[in-house]
Amino acid sequence: MSTHADTPLIRATALTRYDPVRHAVLLHPTAFSLSGGQRAVVTGPSGSGKSVFLRALALLDPVDDGAIQWRGKTIARTGIPAYRRRVAYIAQRPAMLDGSVEDNLRYPFSLKVYRDVHFDRERVIKLTRRAGREADFLDKRASELSGGEAQIAALIRVLQVDPDVLLLDEPTASLDPASALEIEALVGAWFDDRPGERASIWVSHDPAQAQRVGERQLVMTAGTLS
Amino acid sequence: MSGYQNLSLLDIAIAAALIVVNGALSVALKLDLERKLAWAAVRSVVQLLAIGYVLGWVFQFSRWYVVLPLMALMTLIAGLSASNRGRRTYLGQRVDSVVSIWVSSWLVAAVGLFVVIRIHPWYEPQYAIPILGMILGNTLTGVSLGIERMTEELTAGRGAVEMSLALGATRWEAAQGPARQAVRAGMIPTLNQMTVVGLVSLPGMMTGQVLAGQSPLQAVRYQIVIMFFIAASSALGTVGAVLLTYRRLFSPEHRFMASKLVEREKPKRR
Repeated sequence: MSTHADTPLIRATALTRYDPVRHAVLLHPTAFSLSGGQRAVVTGPSGSGKSVFLRALALLDPVDDGAIQWRGKTIARTGIPAYRRRVAYIAQRPAMLDGSVEDNLRYPFSLKVYRDVHFDRERVIKLTRRAGREADFLDKRASELSGGEAQIAALIRVLQVDPDVLLLDEPTASLDPASALEIEALVGAWFDDRPGERASIWVSHDPAQAQRVGERQLVMTAGTLS
Repeated sequence: MSGYQNLSLLDIAIAAALIVVNGALSVALKLDLERKLAWAAVRSVVQLLAIGYVLGWVFQFSRWYVVLPLMALMTLIAGLSASNRGRRTYLGQRVDSVVSIWVSSWLVAAVGLFVVIRIHPWYEPQYAIPILGMILGNTLTGVSLGIERMTEELTAGRGAVEMSLALGATRWEAAQGPARQAVRAGMIPTLNQMTVVGLVSLPGMMTGQVLAGQSPLQAVRYQIVIMFFIAASSALGTVGAVLLTYRRLFSPEHRFMASKLVEREKPKRR
């Protein structure tokens, strides 16, 4: 996939969302673009719409107005799974399926959109070591993982398929500081693997973390991004 | 019919008096069920007497334009009562449950009446109505269990569903786990019934035919046929209902619309 330095990876125009029940504005018309090599951070009080914004970019929630382009092109319905493969959303609470960590890491390859790639155990063990875990981490039961370990597993599940953009929705909010640093290190290594090509948006409520994980600082206040 | 003992109203009254046993137990054990018992007893008597009169009338006028509306009404009631179950619901659940019950039970009843039993005319109420009724009763259970399980699985497993979608799963790839569970849940009562029939339970229809003087071997043949009608219809109905639920809750943009799932104001469990 070739990158054009001038075309942003994601460009959102007039992205707007209302509360379907109370009709309050969740996200005021928002223009936003993200280019390769950018690490954006969104901070702001809880309930201000940070998550709404990130989920809208992942196309997980319907928006009431506005459009999102991927590398300068609108995204067709049928292209949505492929878009989500490139633009990976990481939730605050990692969802693990039944079985071992390895079963969870193999799961993406059962999906149609990943038909062209295969599970690479060596690669995954390298990622596991980067997170300070040994190969036996793969044999652990997913149900017995700590919060930090589950988030590491969820992140490896995404990183092993080389997304271009990571949308991180407070991935360390419920973790201890040591686990949070491990997550940051994993994401940092992913970013540095392809200088200038990858990009991330990290939602955080920790000011110190916000300084560490991005250069482009944004603030969300009552549905307005600035 | 030889040796068939007709029941008088007095006989019925004596049997009804047995409800006193339940009442006495309720009082003795402080179950606080007396009012419910009385209400249930009155309802069952009134409902059955009413259907007896209706059927008596329909059997006299065995015309398609009398039988067909009655069959439609039965189907509608089955569909509506199937949609009354479960803690969660969504806009359109009633339509989905009526449609899935209607299509599956009428399809199977048609095969039964036209191909298997081959009665003339096809709407002969003596056959058409009880057969549809038995199919409906079981399809209703399958459909309501299927929808209930689907909404429960999607609520409990929302994190996993969204994780799958976020990874790039299509809406069907994300929903198929819960959908499978739901179809299984809807089909298991029929399967259980099929495995114990004749050993633990003697089905009402078979018993009825024997009481009416039919030979047990013929009665059993009918029962076998009905059992398969029931199995086919409840499987079709369950799959249909689960697929319709899936279509309501997942958009073509591969989104899970969790906000459409709402908790019922007052949980009704039957």
